[in-house]
Amino acid sequence: MNELPGDLLYTSEHEWLRREDDGSVTVGITEHAASALGDLVYVELPEIGQDVETGGEMAVVESVKAASDVYAPVTGTVVEVNEDLSDDPEKINADPYGDGWIVRIELGDSLDEGELMTPDAYQELLDELDD
Amino acid sequence: MPFIPHTEKDTREMLDAIGAKSIEDLFDEIPAALRIDHLHHVPEAMSEMEISRLMRERAAQDGRPLCLIGAGAYEHHIPQAVWDIATRGEYYSAYTPYQAEASQGTLQTIYEYQTMITELTGLDVSNASLYDGASALAEAALMAVRVNRRVKTGLVLLAPGVNPVYEQVARAIAGTQGLTFERLPTDAASGNVDFDKLDASLNPVAVVMQQPTFPGTLEDVDRLTDWGHACGALVIGMANPTSLALLKPPGHWGAEGVDIACGEGQPLGVPLSSGGPYFGYMTCRQDHVRQMPGRIVGRTTDLDGNPGFALTLQAREQHIRRSKATSNICTNQGLMVTAATIYLSLLGFEGLALVARRSHANTTRLVEGLCAIDGIERLYQGPYFHEAALRLDRPVAPVLEALAARNILGGFDLSDYAGTDALLVCATETKTDADIDTCIAAFAEIMG
Repeated sequence: MNELPGDLLYTSEHEWLRREDDGSVTVGITEHAASALGDLVYVELPEIGQDVETGGEMAVVESVKAASDVYAPVTGTVVEVNEDLSDDPEKINADPYGDGWIVRIELGDSLDEGELMTPDAYQELLDELDD
Repeated sequence: MPFIPHTEKDTREMLDAIGAKSIEDLFDEIPAALRIDHLHHVPEAMSEMEISRLMRERAAQDGRPLCLIGAGAYEHHIPQAVWDIATRGEYYSAYTPYQAEASQGTLQTIYEYQTMITELTGLDVSNASLYDGASALAEAALMAVRVNRRVKTGLVLLAPGVNPVYEQVARAIAGTQGLTFERLPTDAASGNVDFDKLDASLNPVAVVMQQPTFPGTLEDVDRLTDWGHACGALVIGMANPTSLALLKPPGHWGAEGVDIACGEGQPLGVPLSSGGPYFGYMTCRQDHVRQMPGRIVGRTTDLDGNPGFALTLQAREQHIRRSKATSNICTNQGLMVTAATIYLSLLGFEGLALVARRSHANTTRLVEGLCAIDGIERLYQGPYFHEAALRLDRPVAPVLEALAARNILGGFDLSDYAGTDALLVCATETKTDADIDTCIAAFAEIMG
């Protein structure tokens, strides 16, 4: 497993998020989540304009033998979805923190970083899961 | 040996392990008022000898009447080979087996079935079938809500020609899941949709039409499909599969075709059997396949490069996705589908077209003969396939009783549906000219 990108925040449900310059956040699932699911074959994306709230179901990622919900790490409105994933869901496996991003969300409130995990905290969680 | 291989000792040990006194204790949380200790009208078990005798006696009561009843279930000739093959040990199971891939023959049959049904309906993908036409409509409506996420109304508009029983079943299944069903306005003269009164502002999530309609007419499905799409609705087309040998398949209705086709598969090799088991078919456009309920068999290649068949897209299914599955109440009707596949293989497309043409010709002969009788006329004008509605100048029930006394099932009493004394008649390819003339003569005598 590669080192976790240091500029991202994480959730215990294995989503990551990046704060963009315009105040929105980009969200995806971590490399750990992607490799646990195996080769992804389908991603069910939300509608643009859909409101999401922290912990609510936002998207579904599906591998050959499992389908898994992706939860919104923040409350806000979906302003962009990664349409490329419709044809190329395996981008999530290949580049989970880059081309494999899933949605961009405009925040409803200011970001409460206390609810999210730093790279170090998330790494600790992964280490515990390995044990 | 008992079918449930738990000895009293096994049961005791399991109960002890979880701290329950008896099996009854496991149901304690269900209030006593909601529990029944025995089933009324369900007799004690009978021996094989007793049950065989009972069923023979019941079957004898059916007799061999001349049957002019259709209304959703149709008497067709079923080649002897269909059920001889379908009941072979290798096939004779109601379901796709567990460890489905170990049963390549069964999977191949379902795959062939899917291929035939997609060809008949003119759509891209088929599932491995559903319970029946009525539950297929309910599943199609629920599927439309999943596909058409932008529309939040939950409103499903049904053309007047959709079988009223299908509507009841769809309401029972989907009505508790936020869906409402309403009828589109009817044009009294044609029995079809009144296009002048359509209200495009209703914002339906789905529009459903049936071809031929329940009372046997032919709807302008091209126009109605386009109207549904223009409203932003998903379009669901229900069609009698036999009719598709002659009529335009739902996948080609209107400018874009329907999104989902579904319906009753019984006409394809399944006997009437007092109402079931039948099977429902469902096909859709490729874009919607992940929202389609039920099993799908795919063709693939194994490690050695040999072709093989496998269940595919299982992540939609309840054993993997649980509460988010496309359906938790559906299964395929494996045995009925096997019969349908053999039926279609034996007839071929030309054979099916012959069945359809012969049924149309027979119904035409019947309808023309009946309408020559005083007091009988067409209820709706316009073309029909193999079933047509007639208006009688008197209550229908006594006429049907008099016909039954002559061993003729004279049709389906349409009076409640039509709001007037009306009868729905159908003469499939199983009727000879002599049969039809016998029926016409009997009507003439009774009406005279």
